[in-house]
Amino acid sequence: MPSLLFCGPKLAACGIVLSTWGVIMLSMLGIFFSAKSAVLIEDVPFTEEDIREDKNPPQNIYGLYNQVGINCFIAAAIYVGVGAVSLCQVRLNKRQEYMVT
Amino acid sequence: MSSLFRSEEMCLVQLFFQTESAHNCISELGHLGLVQFKDLNPSATAFQRRFVKEVKKCEEMERILSKKVFSTFEKLEQELREINRNHATLRQNLIELMDIDSLLRMTEDFFEEVLEINFSFFSFNFIILPPSEDSVFVAGVIKQERFPAFEKVLWRLFHGNFVLRHAEIQATEELQARGAVKKDVFIIFVQGDHVREKIRKVCEGFRASLYSCPKTLYERKQMSNSVMTQMEDLRMILRRTEEYRAGVLTRAAEHVQEWGSKVKKMKAIYYTLNLCNIDITQKLIVAEIWCPVSDLAVVQNALIKGSEQSGSSVTPVLNRIQTQQTPPTFNRTNTFTEGFQAIIDAYGVGTYQEINPAPCTIVTFPFLFAVMFGDCGHGLVMTLFAVWVISQAESLRKWKNEVTDVVIGGRYIILLMGMFSIYTGLIYNDCFSKSFNIFGSSWCVRPMFHPHGPWQNETLHEYHHLQLNPSVPGVYSGDPYVFGIDPVWNIASNKLSFLNSFKMKMSVILGVSHMLFGVTLSLVNFVHFRKFQDIFLQFVPQLIFMLSLFGYLIFLILYKWCITLRSETAPSILLLFINMMLFDYQSEHVLLYGGQKGLQIFLVLTAVLMVPVLLLVKPFLIYRTRMKTRHQVSRAEKDNVICFLLQVSMGDIFVYQAIHTVEFCLGCISNTASYLRLWALSLAHAELSEVLWRMVLQVGLKISSGMGSLMLVVLFAAFAVLTVTILLVMEGLSAFLHALRLHWVEFQNKFYEGSGYKFTPLSFDSLLKTQQ
Repeated sequence: MPSLLFCGPKLAACGIVLSTWGVIMLSMLGIFFSAKSAVLIEDVPFTEEDIREDKNPPQNIYGLYNQVGINCFIAAAIYVGVGAVSLCQVRLNKRQEYMVT
Repeated sequence: MSSLFRSEEMCLVQLFFQTESAHNCISELGHLGLVQFKDLNPSATAFQRRFVKEVKKCEEMERILSKKVFSTFEKLEQELREINRNHATLRQNLIELMDIDSLLRMTEDFFEEVLEINFSFFSFNFIILPPSEDSVFVAGVIKQERFPAFEKVLWRLFHGNFVLRHAEIQATEELQARGAVKKDVFIIFVQGDHVREKIRKVCEGFRASLYSCPKTLYERKQMSNSVMTQMEDLRMILRRTEEYRAGVLTRAAEHVQEWGSKVKKMKAIYYTLNLCNIDITQKLIVAEIWCPVSDLAVVQNALIKGSEQSGSSVTPVLNRIQTQQTPPTFNRTNTFTEGFQAIIDAYGVGTYQEINPAPCTIVTFPFLFAVMFGDCGHGLVMTLFAVWVISQAESLRKWKNEVTDVVIGGRYIILLMGMFSIYTGLIYNDCFSKSFNIFGSSWCVRPMFHPHGPWQNETLHEYHHLQLNPSVPGVYSGDPYVFGIDPVWNIASNKLSFLNSFKMKMSVILGVSHMLFGVTLSLVNFVHFRKFQDIFLQFVPQLIFMLSLFGYLIFLILYKWCITLRSETAPSILLLFINMMLFDYQSEHVLLYGGQKGLQIFLVLTAVLMVPVLLLVKPFLIYRTRMKTRHQVSRAEKDNVICFLLQVSMGDIFVYQAIHTVEFCLGCISNTASYLRLWALSLAHAELSEVLWRMVLQVGLKISSGMGSLMLVVLFAAFAVLTVTILLVMEGLSAFLHALRLHWVEFQNKFYEGSGYKFTPLSFDSLLKTQQ
């Protein structure tokens, strides 16, 4: 079966570091968006109409907050996958190193 | 206890030891790494020294060693070639045996087939092969690609009067590993005896190898068994050969390493012996060493051990001598303090027994770095990176890159910088440019609305920017945020107006405190060197000058922060300070407190009075002492003493004092302004961080559809890479450099002389480390 190795040891290590950081930071961002933190107001894509036409303020804005939060959680999940792939690559690299020596 | 803050007390010691035990003694001292040999023959050139021959011999040996490496390598090469040749022949034999083995297995099927055909077609007389003694069969192995041509030639030769069977040899993994090509087994049945020669010639032409195959089943089985045993033996021999080869190589490598370090040590010992004196009887060697006073006992023990090893009866003698020469500066460090001492020594090694700024630098340097770096997210990343480097320090040293060496050398500095940055990040309330609201903000928007405050619903529609008015009750709770900057400032559009003022004032406070600390350290130096006159002539005037001007500035800053003012009429501290220096008190200027005018005039006059004190008093006192000694000495008629006293002329002293005074007074102002870089870099870092968030990550966050998460994944990767390269590496290096400059120039020119020379002991560890 063809080798599953497609990146060297350094790229795989970078992948692991990046995914760990991504998982932690994006999941924390997701939590803060779900908690409707005021500091993150500028990152929420609301428009004038959302504020003016709100029948039940501030539920529109809250809904947008939740959407962005879910986006962050999905991105964190994708990074979990990237991290798993990188971990496999690191293991395969180590095994190949042992086989050569 | 005092040695933590200043360099160790050193003593000059004379060593006497016998020539026979010289080598062992110096070797012991080298392993100890605590003594520095003084050059007793400074006028001798390199060629005139006693042991120059031996040093040359050692250098020769180094060259020979590298040559020996080559010759050993040549010998190794020959040996290896032989081993390889044997290996190849053995392998060939193994392959042949394996071919025979497969041949034997396949001929079984052929023979059965032929017997079948004969029996079934015997009645029809189709095949002309009765199982008689006349029939000849030849068996062999041929390369698979040559087989079709081989078959055609045989057809032409025998006009079809033969039976040819072939089968592919199963390519086992072992065969593939040993590099064999694909081969076929064939077997030919022909009639007639004379054809054997023809077949042999054809086979030779096609480079097929023929094997004699016994006719009976029993003989074939025997042959198969013997082939099997032979193959097993061969395999074992091959394995042993490979192991032997590997062993030879590794042993040679070890030896080379050993010889190299031995030669280096010998060269160092002979070089050291060159620095010593040999007395007339040629039996005794005299050496002078600098050694820390606290380590004298250890050195003595090492010498005794060395002399015992060489078998000499006389123990070496240590004789401590007094000297006027300046000893070298030795600061004892461990792995943690090594880095900080190195960055202080990079600017100038401290004068002997002067106060060592390195222990204070352990705290102040990372702190000033962190003031300029202040972001707890970035600080956390930096701390984690430093922890990883510390844990992997030994394995990372093997990379032998200049950059990695620097990073490994400074790993504890980076760790402290990261930890302090987390702290200042919490104070600035900045984490990747966003603030945390842990304790609840002290500002509240709701009270601005009707009925408490002036705003209505329409106010929101009309104005884009609205200002919270703290005098409206309820807007500002009255208690400031518990720790750090209030998180409400993160979403305020006039954030920079507030933060700039805050950070500038903080920088001035930190700078003046740092410089006052430096001036205080000069007091410690004066006390240690017993220059009590200088305390009153230099330290006190300097302190009064700084405190009356810049200490008062700090007081103004703190006072203005503490009192309640209306922002429309509040006086600017900078204007207050300028007017104070210019004695400009017009009635429309607002003052902060009553009696300010009188106090300020008094302070400025005090500061101005200190300048002539610094400038004139000390030279005048020196002049008076010289006049007195001249009167006394002329009575005793010692001319050379007068010459000695007047070596430095009065003009020089005045000029030196003038330079020193001007440098201090003007330097106070420029150095205080220089500390404003703490504000400037902190602002740059915060702005870069915010731009990175807004331009990179926010683009992904603002997409609310499903694609948002994928964009977020990609954009986060870009955000991470840019954060590391721009904010951590570039800003980190920049803040490191500026914090270092603040220490070297603004802090150390208040007290540090830095005119010593470093203690370089004879140490084999550092010698071998530099070799690697």
